[in-house]
Amino acid sequence: MNVVVCVKQIPDPAAPGQLDPGTKTLKREGKLILDDSDAYGVEMALRLAEKAGGGEVTLVSMAPNGETSGLRTALAMGAAKAILVSDDTLAGSDALGTAKVLAAAIKRTEFDLVVAATESTDGYTGTTPAQMAELLGLPAVTFAKSVDVGDGKVKVNRQTEAGYDEVECPLPALVTVTAGVVEPRYPSFKGIMAARSKPVEQLTVSDLGLSADEVGAKGARQEVVDVAPAEERKAGEKITDEGDAHERVVAFLAELKLI
Amino acid sequence: MAIEKIWVLADVVDGKASSGGLELLTAARGFGSTVDAVVWGQGAASSAAALGSHGAGRVLAVSDLGGGLAGPPVAAALAERINGGEAPDAILASSSYDCRDIIGRLSAKLDRPVISNIVGIEKEGDGLVTQHAIFGGTQIARARFTGQAPGLFIVRPKTFAAEESGGGSAEVVELSAGDLGATGGAKVLDRHVEEREGPTLDEAAVVVSGGRGLGGAEGYAMIEELAKLLNGAAGASRAIVDAGWVPYSHQVGQTGKTVKPTVYIACGISGATQHMVGMKGSKNIVAINKDAEAPIFSIADLGVVGDVHKVLPKLIDAVKAKK
Ligand SMILES: Cc1cc2nc3c(=O)[nH]c(=O)nc-3n(C[C@H](O)[C@H](O)[C@H](O)COP(=O)(O)OP(=O)(O)OC[C@H]3O[C@@H](n4cnc5c(N)ncnc54)[C@H](O)[C@@H]3O)c2cc1C
Ligand SMILES: Nc1ncnc2c1ncn2[C@@H]1O[C@H](COP(=O)(O)O)[C@@H](O)[C@H]1O
Repeated sequence: MNVVVCVKQIPDPAAPGQLDPGTKTLKREGKLILDDSDAYGVEMALRLAEKAGGGEVTLVSMAPNGETSGLRTALAMGAAKAILVSDDTLAGSDALGTAKVLAAAIKRTEFDLVVAATESTDGYTGTTPAQMAELLGLPAVTFAKSVDVGDGKVKVNRQTEAGYDEVECPLPALVTVTAGVVEPRYPSFKGIMAARSKPVEQLTVSDLGLSADEVGAKGARQEVVDVAPAEERKAGEKITDEGDAHERVVAFLAELKLI
Repeated sequence: MAIEKIWVLADVVDGKASSGGLELLTAARGFGSTVDAVVWGQGAASSAAALGSHGAGRVLAVSDLGGGLAGPPVAAALAERINGGEAPDAILASSSYDCRDIIGRLSAKLDRPVISNIVGIEKEGDGLVTQHAIFGGTQIARARFTGQAPGLFIVRPKTFAAEESGGGSAEVVELSAGDLGATGGAKVLDRHVEEREGPTLDEAAVVVSGGRGLGGAEGYAMIEELAKLLNGAAGASRAIVDAGWVPYSHQVGQTGKTVKPTVYIACGISGATQHMVGMKGSKNIVAINKDAEAPIFSIADLGVVGDVHKVLPKLIDAVKAKK
């Protein structure tokens, strides 16, 4: 079974972000890393392919400046190869623009299943996967808490507002996985060495047959009006527990007429 | 292009319109003159009274999902309506699971971008200006959609408060999806409802949340007990959801639920910006943490520097005694 995993390469979330003063969009410079959210998708894809007894895991990513460091991490985990779409005209792309690019790249591969995360760490729109599925004409099962494949179908426990649904879907299909769905493996030393020579195909927007008008900032059709500091909340009373702090909490709740 | 006609996507769970949809209907009344609610699934139209009383003139119902998920049929039914000349000026949706699927598919069908993660909307001139929390909620960016109507807007829960308009039950208009081809392939075999006592995180006046400071999954029992005693809901930081101590449905924060209860009690939670963005709109905040420098104290109305294993059992006993 061949699985495509969408992996986003993002600035380290621990490092404070910066806005480009001109465009007021997030700066994406410097080294990018594999989005933690997608490590779950990579692990899931590797397990499903192993279980199916063969087939390849292919990574698909869109990132600026030909960035591959996040892809290398996922290749070191065990993915076979990667497609990277990198193009200056993609700066400022929104979720739909991204979905168009990823869908066009995925179309070039042979796949049974596409895996993405429910939402990225830095964009967290959570709409890219559904947009991709629609563009690819695929059924999708989003917000998976567990995934299994057999008999040409994917079986998913899908998170709902009330609990979860058991969903079954014929392949090919797209699935999005929630954080914690599986425990991502750490790349081994051997894996890291092997990843260096695994193929990464680099593509541009025109390679994909897309025009610069549909993607990038122009496709986003949104302009930032202004950016201002959020209203801050002030700290109130602070006490140190000497064995009776609970009494102050009880009094506080009683003042609010909650007890 | 003036904003007049608005559609609001409203999740209906167990026959009940969820708060996200009612909040957006309330807001939509202030922006447009005609507001319709969109619902989906068997029996969803039975919420027409609640939707009407929050401002929906009509309920557009895709009752028959063909045993599948909401995304493909609802997006197809709405797209057909829009392409048939009945386009609203804006479509508002919450960030629920189904809404993201529906709006994502609709976006691709109509070739319209989705404006996501909205934490505020103002009507300005002819259009809507949306607010977005960036850098962990420390800054607010305001943005304007410049494309062709309808704009697609996904709004974070609790951005608006739900209020009744005094309107009567809404007229129900059934929509059908037509042939979905391969996209409709996913079928729901069974539904599982997680047992829950008391109010949901969205509705509760009291939310008691636990974090890594609880020391282990067993520690969460104290959170649940206190929440139950206060007729509240139990929340969690992402750290303990990722650690598998509690299900994701309890998570509060940027990638979890947004809550605005009368009081939020954070126990053993450090106060990372991604957690605070989901709870700092609470009317009152109590924090219990053994580290006097924990960032959570910077937004707490009452901060207790102490050990959750000492403070919580006494607090639980004291609340029991009061009852
Ligand atoms: C993109 C992104 C999205 C995220 N989304 C979310 C989200 O939605 N929600 C969320 O919560 N987090 C989210 N996070 C994670 C967030 O950054 C923090 O890692 C997480 O909130 C920390 O959880 P915690 O406070 O339980 O754990 P810690 O940060 O480890 O804090 C534990 C606290 O417990 C205290 N403590 C320890 N022992 C005791 C004791 N015996 N008694 C009292 N106090 C004690 C410690 O002093 C410490 O302050 C996100 C992160 C990223 C990068
Ligand atoms: N630039 C990208 N490259 C690869 N995958 C992406 C990209 N953007 C989004 N995705 C995938 O889509 C998911 C949801 O992203 P988002 O819509 O940004 O929340 C991510 O977790 C990834 O799996």
